[in-house]
Amino acid sequence: MDTTARADGLGAGLDTPSPSGSVYSTNVEGTGSGYSTNGGGGSSVEGQVADVARLLPSPVPVQLLTADGRRADEQSPYSMPSGERLVEVWRQMVIGRRLDMQCTALTKQGRLAVYPSSRGQDACQVGAAMAIRPTDWMFPTYRESVALFTRGIDHLEVLSLLRGSSHCGYDPVAHKTAPQCTPLATQLIHAAGAAYGERRRGRDAVALAFIGDGATSEGDFHEALNFAAVFKAPVIFFVQNNKYAISVPLAKQSKAPSLAYKGIGYGVRSEQIDGNDPAAVLAVLDTAVEHARTGQGPFLVEAHTYRIDAHTNADDASRYRQPDEVTGWLAKDPIDRIAAYLRAEGLLDQALQDEVEAESERLASDLRDGMNAEPVVDPAAMFDHTFAEPTPQLLQQRDMLMGELHAEGVTR
Amino acid sequence: MSTFTMGQALNHGLRDAMAADDNVVMFGEDVGTLGGVFRVTDGLAKDLGEDRCFDTPLAEAGIVGFAIGMCLTGFRPVVEMQFDAFAYPAFEQITSHVAKTRNRTSGRVGLPMVIRVPYAGGIGGVEHHCDSSEGYYAHTPGLKVVTPSTPADAYALLRAAIEDPDPVIFMEPKSLYWSKEELSLPVEAPPFGRASVRRKGTDVTIVTYGPSVPTALKAAEAASAEGWDVEVVDLRTIVPFDDETVVESVRRTGRCVVVAEAQGFAGVAGEVAARVTERCFHSLAAPVLRVSGLDIPYPAPKLEEHYLPSVDRILDAIARLQWDDQPDLVHVGASS
Repeated sequence: MDTTARADGLGAGLDTPSPSGSVYSTNVEGTGSGYSTNGGGGSSVEGQVADVARLLPSPVPVQLLTADGRRADEQSPYSMPSGERLVEVWRQMVIGRRLDMQCTALTKQGRLAVYPSSRGQDACQVGAAMAIRPTDWMFPTYRESVALFTRGIDHLEVLSLLRGSSHCGYDPVAHKTAPQCTPLATQLIHAAGAAYGERRRGRDAVALAFIGDGATSEGDFHEALNFAAVFKAPVIFFVQNNKYAISVPLAKQSKAPSLAYKGIGYGVRSEQIDGNDPAAVLAVLDTAVEHARTGQGPFLVEAHTYRIDAHTNADDASRYRQPDEVTGWLAKDPIDRIAAYLRAEGLLDQALQDEVEAESERLASDLRDGMNAEPVVDPAAMFDHTFAEPTPQLLQQRDMLMGELHAEGVTR
Repeated sequence: MSTFTMGQALNHGLRDAMAADDNVVMFGEDVGTLGGVFRVTDGLAKDLGEDRCFDTPLAEAGIVGFAIGMCLTGFRPVVEMQFDAFAYPAFEQITSHVAKTRNRTSGRVGLPMVIRVPYAGGIGGVEHHCDSSEGYYAHTPGLKVVTPSTPADAYALLRAAIEDPDPVIFMEPKSLYWSKEELSLPVEAPPFGRASVRRKGTDVTIVTYGPSVPTALKAAEAASAEGWDVEVVDLRTIVPFDDETVVESVRRTGRCVVVAEAQGFAGVAGEVAARVTERCFHSLAAPVLRVSGLDIPYPAPKLEEHYLPSVDRILDAIARLQWDDQPDLVHVGASS
């Protein structure tokens, strides 16, 4: 083994963001027997260096489409997804964007208590959700409403958390989708455990876990990566680096060369992508999912993207970022980008655009109608799900509440 | 019949539960080859397989979070926190997720997992090895909190905890790991939420649990020499709480001392005292007193004898219950 060359490649990858060279190719090709040394035979210095090189992300974010929708010039080991899938990712993004903006509007009418928009992160939301099967698990955060829409979960059920009618409106088991997680990074360990459990069951299901850039500072992020690597759990950690953790910019959050490098220390193969490039998101997530599904362990993807709106509707983003920064990212819009490419390829015409826009308007209208109906909440149900069977103390408290409601003339 | 220590009874409980159900898996720090620092998991990896009982990285939040994920795929994990205070890094996983997942999902997802926590002092342990942390867990809705005081209960309660559909914090009194009992396993025991009257009496009720039960029984024996017939109620499960047994006893005796090793302020003992007062006020001949640990961080080993509820302190409390008026309420070993 040429350890000198490997070491040089590693150094180049860390210090010089060059798009070519051994780091890039080694990373992509390194899915062979070398991986089995992880946790076992990688005791030699040569083996360790080889492992590191193979785990390294691309020195620059993977991009298949330029900001104006042309094929990126650089050679990429990732294949352009099929035209059919690109049309579908565009369609889902158009719908998701419309619903996302509708949700923000609903906060102004008091229909949603709060809404964390993912506008600008549309490619990440839709592309990641499209990369997994219905039998795979998803572990979303509070910002993943559009990913859950893409997964096919009922819109009103998705929004029940943010509406305030229940903590999780959908059935996590039926949809293989955990409740949207509010504490940061805690769900990543659950994803590792579920992925490991699936593998123990002899099934090939994987877990896709979402996280933001700020949450990579949390201890649970690191414990999750370590557990997943040690137990070779088929989980994909998908970091949407949208540049701000509420108001704190990435520069104050991390000194890592890229958040993708955080995987390497745990022996987790990692990649970084242009998160506003829907084709790159699909292509790299496909690779990550395949990697996990075929027993090669966890995979970390960092998507460089940008949150166009504030953290939530309750946030004032003008306090911590300049308008021209937002304008610059608007020029990298993922929907415009893929639409330009699809038009150039003859895959998108005005008729299809009109059709999908009409569909998204109809869905937004349905969402408004659903939100205008007051949700039915049963106070007695509060006591039903603390334990499988209520304790005597809870039954007493339920009786007390029912008595109060009865006295007030409330009947259900 | 054979003699079992509490540690051995727990080992058999785990072993039998794992043999009965392939979904039961045991993991944590050093629980595999070593068999746990208290040897509670001794031989499980060897006898049942390393996929059934396995070592994890040193990361308590990771251990608990991993167990949550495994529950989603139908496993029933039992995890070991090596020592009481070592569980604190997992506190968010326990309070934000273990406790709330059933509620959060409207009952669609239960987490049938057991978190074993060796707890409390009396073994000469150094700092962070002797905390009585049951109050944190008991204060969190959604967690059942269990603590055995005998080898038989250790076996039976652990089997029940593993079979329970809800997450159970299983507090194992370290000072009782080596206590012995003649048993013929498996043993039956009262269900969750049912206290045991360990000693019948007519004059005073001591309500206690876990590591303080043997001390309370010794105090009751000593009190009998003074002419006081003391009843000792062992809660067994702090959550669910058995109001019925406690209230029945105190209404009969008219006097109550709550004994717990944990620091007294805002703790389980205070909760018990309040519940007794609310329900038994007209039957009480004196205020409910607490004998608890001091309101200080658990002291260095050479000082722990001054911290722990002792027979003398319990006897002193019983003596004070004979007075019509309390001269002051700076009660023994707890906050004023």
